[in-house]
Amino acid sequence: MSQAYDILIIGGGPGGYVTAIRAAQLGFKTAVVEREHLGGICLNWGCIPTKALLRSAEIFHQATHAKDYGLSLEGKMGFDIADIVKRSRGVSGQLNGGVGFLLKKNKVDVIWGEAKITKPGEVVVGKATKPAVQPQHPVPKGVLGEGTYTAKHIIVATGARPRALPGIEPDKKLIWTYFEAMVPDFMPKSLIVMGSGAIGIEFASFYRSLGADVTVVEVMPQILPVEDADIAAVARKRFEKLGMKIMSSAKVTAVKKNANSVTATIVDEKGTAQEITADRLISAVGVIGNIEGLGLEALGVKTDRGCIVTDGLGKTNVPGLYAIGDVAGPPMLAHKAEHEGVLTVEAIKGLHVHAMDKHKIPGCTYCHPQIASVGLTEAKAKDAGYTLKVGRFPFMGNGKAIALGEPDGLVKTIFDAKTGKLLGAHMVGAEVTELIQGFVVAMGLETTEEDLMHTVFPHPTLSEMMHESVLDAYGRAIHI
Amino acid sequence: MAVEILMPALSPTMEKGNLAKWLKKEGDRIKSGDILAEIETDKATMEVEAVDEGILAKILVAGGTQDVPVNQVIALIASDGEDVSKVASGGASPAPAPKAAVAAAPSAAAAPTPTVSVATAPLASGAKIFASPLAKRMAKEAGLDLSSIAGSGPHGRIVERDVKAALAGGTAKRSAPATSSTSAAPAMASGMSDETVKKLFEPGSFEELPHDSMRKTIARRLLEAKQTIPHFYVSADCELDALMAAREAINASAPKGADGKPLYKLSVNDFVIKALAVALMRVPDANVTWTENAMLKHKHADVGVAVSIPGGLITPIVRKAELKSLSAISNEMKDLASRARNRKLKPDEYQGGSTAVSNLGMFGVKNFQAIVNPPHATILAVGAGEQRAVVKNGQLSVATVMTVTFSTDHRAVDGALGAELLQAFKSLIENPVGMLV
Repeated sequence: MSQAYDILIIGGGPGGYVTAIRAAQLGFKTAVVEREHLGGICLNWGCIPTKALLRSAEIFHQATHAKDYGLSLEGKMGFDIADIVKRSRGVSGQLNGGVGFLLKKNKVDVIWGEAKITKPGEVVVGKATKPAVQPQHPVPKGVLGEGTYTAKHIIVATGARPRALPGIEPDKKLIWTYFEAMVPDFMPKSLIVMGSGAIGIEFASFYRSLGADVTVVEVMPQILPVEDADIAAVARKRFEKLGMKIMSSAKVTAVKKNANSVTATIVDEKGTAQEITADRLISAVGVIGNIEGLGLEALGVKTDRGCIVTDGLGKTNVPGLYAIGDVAGPPMLAHKAEHEGVLTVEAIKGLHVHAMDKHKIPGCTYCHPQIASVGLTEAKAKDAGYTLKVGRFPFMGNGKAIALGEPDGLVKTIFDAKTGKLLGAHMVGAEVTELIQGFVVAMGLETTEEDLMHTVFPHPTLSEMMHESVLDAYGRAIHI
Repeated sequence: MAVEILMPALSPTMEKGNLAKWLKKEGDRIKSGDILAEIETDKATMEVEAVDEGILAKILVAGGTQDVPVNQVIALIASDGEDVSKVASGGASPAPAPKAAVAAAPSAAAAPTPTVSVATAPLASGAKIFASPLAKRMAKEAGLDLSSIAGSGPHGRIVERDVKAALAGGTAKRSAPATSSTSAAPAMASGMSDETVKKLFEPGSFEELPHDSMRKTIARRLLEAKQTIPHFYVSADCELDALMAAREAINASAPKGADGKPLYKLSVNDFVIKALAVALMRVPDANVTWTENAMLKHKHADVGVAVSIPGGLITPIVRKAELKSLSAISNEMKDLASRARNRKLKPDEYQGGSTAVSNLGMFGVKNFQAIVNPPHATILAVGAGEQRAVVKNGQLSVATVMTVTFSTDHRAVDGALGAELLQAFKSLIENPVGMLV
């Protein structure tokens, strides 16, 4: 069977399916090839199911602190990890079905199987060679099957997978990746989390909230290494107060597997080694692009450190072949993939688009307390040679935060002293992941400190801290 | 919600067209399918059909208007139940300028087209300029006039990158010039976008070779030169017979080195370099560089020589050429040219200079005009030396003749001064012994 498309997208993750819908809106005959699950890692094994898990943990935390709010809950607060997982899978399943519906509504064909680009403009779809992660949601109805398909433009959106450290490869039983950590078959009493990026910290936070003894091991001196140092410091203090054990500038050098536990050898910066035994170890040392098995080598597609090199509007060095999302390089975030995909098909259409400014892509981490940021950290802004105006405002000074019982956190803003350009905004504390978009819009519209100062922020809200932080950068904060 | 009627595109490449006439007037009731207006380009005429129903509340672009950018709002229709006068008054603000400016990116342009006047005329009359707060502040601090910058943001909004491009390209007007002598280059219209150009060819019928940095530099520098330097040209024929004889004699008597090869072998171009350097010493007012506030009058003649290399060209400089012997110039040029071809020149070997030589004689070119390469004020285009019929004292005879053309930056070297330089050069090249003193 042979089908000719204008645009064929390999991978039905957040980048792939959003790109497909935009392509269909622009009038292109469009198809998506998917081998495992519509919605990709994000919706099935990432962003969404972890938010469901973290919500359970958050409610549990609130319930166990009901007394702080003048409430009394009779009896013992408890949970069943199986039920928490079941709810998370349910949320994922509902949205997975939703993606199938959206593609159908937009008349995007879904081709089920694994794609290989055999020559420019041609894709052969065969049986998936990679075993699907279990459990899986059912295959959507009406999908096309194996065969040869042709397309004027082929977009690779195959995403990324967990990176494995040599000697500490995940075995799915004792050493977990996010896949296993998301559907635990029991509640571990103790856990070692290797890596303190967004994925590692979210699982550390989830399991700690449910009562596990959690040790986070980070090779850099700072946890959450991509975040601003001030923000990471506030977060670390809070994590430690909640009982998390954090070892920074430390490295897991070996893991011994016991009958039903692991013993990790951890070496600190002085070279002192110690052994820690825990029920499980989560490996969260980053992700790498899925560039293998697609036929990219034979086509001579240029790659760099496991990612496909593009021109910022998805174009690779091979005419007619594009790449977007994780596989096209960092930051490896769903919203980056979506936006990159939309720009790519709009550029194919001939619309006047500009490559995305990667400094304006926000990042959110949903641990407790939450972290959200956009733009340059103070250290990076200094390195870039800017003279800075830096503002800080603590949650302690905000009425709404106090009323919520969330007095821990910080909003930090960084401006170019010369032009008033907002270079970066960084936050830690309750609900900051929902606040950051205010700064993202501000940056996108190129506001200066003056416009932000003249903006009226509603009272009483957490967003007032964003205003105060800007005021503080210019020595005008009111409530500190 | 009022419905905006946009200037339609008659073809994928159309960027603007003329609004020939309106077939409806303000206040008319419009039904779907009604013909509202006629649009024309140099190739076609098209009718604008109404899609929505309502009252034609406001005509924003009058009939007979030339060069209306595609997608500009040309009229507003009030939907049923909507207050027509409100729509009409609210509709006065969408200025045509930002739309026009979309097509006019700063600094990259082939030639100023009418787009510029479309873009700037309404602004001059006090229309609102759409610019981001950051762009406004950066322009203010740099003293740039926003109305001279073309916006590349949504709806032609001027954003940070546009101001940066204007600063880098020097294409924006300074606001409130301090002195009347300030020369202001107007914002240049851009050529067609890459996508527009590519659409003109069948997909697959061409190969796309991305520019390397040399190509980009050549494009930027020459575009800047042609846009900002008022070129003036003077030509003359030079008889070469005396020079050829001298060259032959000098080369024949060249001492031999240890390897048995002559220590130098002069080319005609070596004489041209030397003659140009000595001519600049004789006409020192032409040995200059233009800057906004002063003329830089050079004490030595640093002569650039355009060397064609694979993928482009580069202009290494023979410094203080007036002080150097012909053999020194000849050997230096051989070294510079060979290193230029290997892209091994250091920046200080090709930056600066006050003039340049571009010689296409070896291709049989008779005559051409070169582009002045700032900071130079002149460049000499050299054609082939060939036997021609010449008339001397009423007698026809044969001479070896070479046509040369000076391009001058008229801001720095006026016509008469350029002619004086040409005269000095011609005299030296025709009497080469003059170079020896």
